[in-house]
Amino acid sequence: MRTIKMLFVLSLLIFASFAGKVSFAKGELSADDIIAKSRFVFYYAGDDMKAKVLMELINKDGQKRIRELTMLRKNLGEGGNQKYFMYFHKPSDVKDTTFMVYKYPDRDDDRWLFIPSINLVKRIAANDKYSSFVGSDFTYEDVSGRKPDEDKHTLLRKETLNGKNCFVIESMPIGASEYTKRISWIDETNFLPLKEEFYDKQNELYRQFEAQEIKDINGILTATKRVMKNIKTGHRTEATFQEVEYNLGIGDDVFSERYLRRPPLEWIR
Amino acid sequence: MDTIDKFQINSKFQIPNIFYFGFSHWCLFGIWCLLPVIYHFLLPAFSFAEELSLHGFLQTNYSVRANDDNPQGAKQGNLILGEERAQLKASFYPQKSKIGMFVKSDFYHDWVEEDWTFDFREGYLDFMEDKFGLRVGRQIYTWGVGDLLFINDVFPKDWEALYSGRPLEYLKIGMDSLKLDIYSDIVSAEAVIMPNFQADDLPSVGRFHFFDPYPNIPNRELEKPDSAFEKFGNMEYALRLYRNIGDFEFGAYAYKGFFRTAGMKADNFNSPSTISQFYPELAVYGLSAQRSAFGGVVSAEYGYYDSLDDRNGKDPGINNSQSRFLVGYQKAFPQDFTVGIQYYSELMHQYSQYEDNLPPTFAKISELHQYLTLRLTKLLKYQTLKLSLFTFYSLDEEDFFIIPEVSYNFTDNLLGVIGMNIFAGAEDNTTFGQHKKDTNIYVTVRHSF
Repeated sequence: MRTIKMLFVLSLLIFASFAGKVSFAKGELSADDIIAKSRFVFYYAGDDMKAKVLMELINKDGQKRIRELTMLRKNLGEGGNQKYFMYFHKPSDVKDTTFMVYKYPDRDDDRWLFIPSINLVKRIAANDKYSSFVGSDFTYEDVSGRKPDEDKHTLLRKETLNGKNCFVIESMPIGASEYTKRISWIDETNFLPLKEEFYDKQNELYRQFEAQEIKDINGILTATKRVMKNIKTGHRTEATFQEVEYNLGIGDDVFSERYLRRPPLEWIR
Repeated sequence: MDTIDKFQINSKFQIPNIFYFGFSHWCLFGIWCLLPVIYHFLLPAFSFAEELSLHGFLQTNYSVRANDDNPQGAKQGNLILGEERAQLKASFYPQKSKIGMFVKSDFYHDWVEEDWTFDFREGYLDFMEDKFGLRVGRQIYTWGVGDLLFINDVFPKDWEALYSGRPLEYLKIGMDSLKLDIYSDIVSAEAVIMPNFQADDLPSVGRFHFFDPYPNIPNRELEKPDSAFEKFGNMEYALRLYRNIGDFEFGAYAYKGFFRTAGMKADNFNSPSTISQFYPELAVYGLSAQRSAFGGVVSAEYGYYDSLDDRNGKDPGINNSQSRFLVGYQKAFPQDFTVGIQYYSELMHQYSQYEDNLPPTFAKISELHQYLTLRLTKLLKYQTLKLSLFTFYSLDEEDFFIIPEVSYNFTDNLLGVIGMNIFAGAEDNTTFGQHKKDTNIYVTVRHSF
């Protein structure tokens, strides 16, 4: 598994080095390299991951809604395919609802939703990667990542953000996208994205992401508090990752209809 | 979807008259007040709170007929549905145990009947092993790939709940059953046995207009299959096999039991003096498949309905054998907008025998009875506001059933819904056309805890 993962990273890096338009002096990383590495540490850390995620959806008046879920993720080696399993604890009207995603970087996800009140597993159409994830400010793409080659990346500068040395990278979408420009502040030492700004057609800032807390979890640096703010509506979502664990050996069979209907208790509590 | 009349039967038990209002009124009020208190203050005090879960809702749900042309027997004028309801769900799944349990029960006051009713909706024990699972008790099943169209989902449904604007979960009725799940890499299976027959709940006398071929003979005996504990041959069996092959999800299904809508017996169908109703025997065999395609999800389902008591198709009181087909496609568009379309048809077998034996007062069904459905869903305001539209249209019966609905989450725990059930049709004897005077507006307010 680890070998496959390494090969995957390597292939991303090789790809990035060929595709890179911005290159600095020898030994320096290109913008494409940085984005590829950043995507990897943020979305692909560990062979698998378990986290209890508390999402607070807060409107401009300070009214709060809550989504509490357990998220399981497993990487599937080459190509960057992943499987996600989510079990909802709160609010009470969606308790016991489960949601499963097979993520393919090169095509639309497969998604399934289990509705416990009628014992129904429903296949969900999934070509809406810019739709809101469970009513939050995060889109599906924010939750599971975007392929580096969907944007053209330029290293604008290096600067410090909250005392950390960062690469500042501008990403311009090549095809259709929700945003017209994204600026990312990526930590030079660990490649975690600390801040991202999303610009709309009028070139105005409309969404802003911040990783407000980074923790070392068994040697894997993890953004445990992630805030996405909609500048235009004043709405924001604060996602706190609690009880994060990596490399648990979560079986492939967990990501199946069986466990959608009967959530795997040993993983979700 | 049958056009034959049915009189209310259900497994709910009702509180005796002496408890009306007064004492039980206060009890219900007490329960309503206490449930959130128990949930918020008492439950967390127990050490097993994580394993024991107690939830539910308080709900009010009203539906009013849009015109004053009320059916015979209407008890409360235009009011089709009026109820205050408390639901309590409790589950207990101890850590590291292979056994767990779940109970869901409703207690409600019905303003149309003016009575109080318990509705034991689900309750089962679970035994879980690595390669199999066993679930015993009353449980809800939903099979197949259709959206409000059911082929291999042979389990009982409450159509009156759907037609009168109850939340979707009330469309499904729990079955007393034993289910064995078998999990394997080759194929997984759900095998179900059901000893107690449960019919569909159809639009009932006094609440809905409906077509009756013999309106002058109102008194009819209804013969329900005896429990399998009394007559073992009445045991119902349902089997679902499923697995993924490549990007396809396949299902295969089999059922042996009874039609869930009643057939009819008469001394003479052309001019009967007595009529009785019963549930004819039925077997169903089917397949389904689903996968991502054309930028969305494509679904297909087939079922052969083998009418065991009328294989030659000559008995007008029993549905003929049929083949049922479904093809569906759903696609998501940017900004939380989803579209789903379906084509569904029922091909009647032995059609010439059906035509030859059809009594003159019966509504004639086409050899190929077809529906088109359209579902539009739009979410707004961080998914707190949902606009939806579901439309049935029959190509041959030329009737409609349209459900526009707006729902809004005021908070995580408070949901409000307003919608309409619109029935329209060229004739009075078709599936939806018979209810065209029953177009209604419904409101639901639910507080979950």
